[in-house]
Amino acid sequence: MRRRLGVLLLLLATQASAEIPEAERRSGYHDMGASVQAMQDDDMANPAMLWVVEGENLWKRKAGAAGKSCDDCHGEPERMVVVALRYPAFSDSANRPINLDQRINQCRTENQKAPAYAYESRELLALSALVSMQSRDQPIQPSADPRLRSFTEAGAAAFAQRQGQLNLSCAQCHDDNHGKKLGAATIPQAHPTGYPIYRLEWQSLGSLQRRLRNCLIGMRAEPYAYGAPDYVALELYLMKRAAGMSFEAPGVRP
Amino acid sequence: MSNALIRLPRSVKKGEVFEIKTLVQHPMETGYRSGTNGTIIPRDIIEEMICTYNGVEIFRMRMSSAVAANPFVSFHTVATESGTLFFRWTGDNGFKLEETARITVA
Repeated sequence: MRRRLGVLLLLLATQASAEIPEAERRSGYHDMGASVQAMQDDDMANPAMLWVVEGENLWKRKAGAAGKSCDDCHGEPERMVVVALRYPAFSDSANRPINLDQRINQCRTENQKAPAYAYESRELLALSALVSMQSRDQPIQPSADPRLRSFTEAGAAAFAQRQGQLNLSCAQCHDDNHGKKLGAATIPQAHPTGYPIYRLEWQSLGSLQRRLRNCLIGMRAEPYAYGAPDYVALELYLMKRAAGMSFEAPGVRP
Repeated sequence: MSNALIRLPRSVKKGEVFEIKTLVQHPMETGYRSGTNGTIIPRDIIEEMICTYNGVEIFRMRMSSAVAANPFVSFHTVATESGTLFFRWTGDNGFKLEETARITVA
């Protein structure tokens, strides 16, 4: 017993930065003004629903040389419940973790024999919004696949790594100083609970990678290319860091 | 291709005031922003939205560059009789979108 406690203490001591305990995890939703919260709460006022409607149309449309639609294999979109909660997941064919957008494109190229959608294209965001929405109000449950471990660790290292001309790390803002102000904005804990999000600043729907790109540019670091394994590693770590939090896709953010 | 979402109560009592909510997909490009090489991105907005209730115009709105992308518009009307609400959005580059919704007045 005493030895086990010793190992536990050693593990705690070697952990680089303090991860936010589950009870204190707080969605960026709670840092927004009441009007933006109301926008997210009402499906009629949430502009992301326009993409969801488009996603429902795409879901039933046959595509590619195989002439199959999403519906032909998966059935109703409602059956995709909890799928978005466990992505990024390990892909056997790619031999590395892939996120939900990449999984949708994998389905297109491998099963539908159709060309992949471009990252951040309307179609890809529409389908990922539709799939993500099915997991609304469910707790985030990252995949327990042991093959993911090294990638999640790489993501955690990237999160703690100082970078860019401002020489900042993600952790310095989002672990150490969340709740405080950066200019007029409250620094959120950076939990990916609502992606893809409709961001008022973008006037459009966007993926988590677009949001990460935004932060990297803010730190004056060079953003990765869309779909880069570095982003997927960060996404993996962020989902693990947000484990147990309620999923709210598609979210609205200022 | 554009989508519109319309929500109104399934049924209302005669004489009752009810709310109509609309959300339409549109970039609402202002015409004041510059793109790559400093060239101005041409204006692309919805100019006008109208709503008729059994053929009678009940709402008309002129939109400008100041309206955000994917405009959400809500307004009220008095329930007179069962029938059809017809919506039309028109704008730059020949943009035209039409939708109808049924209303039952009990």
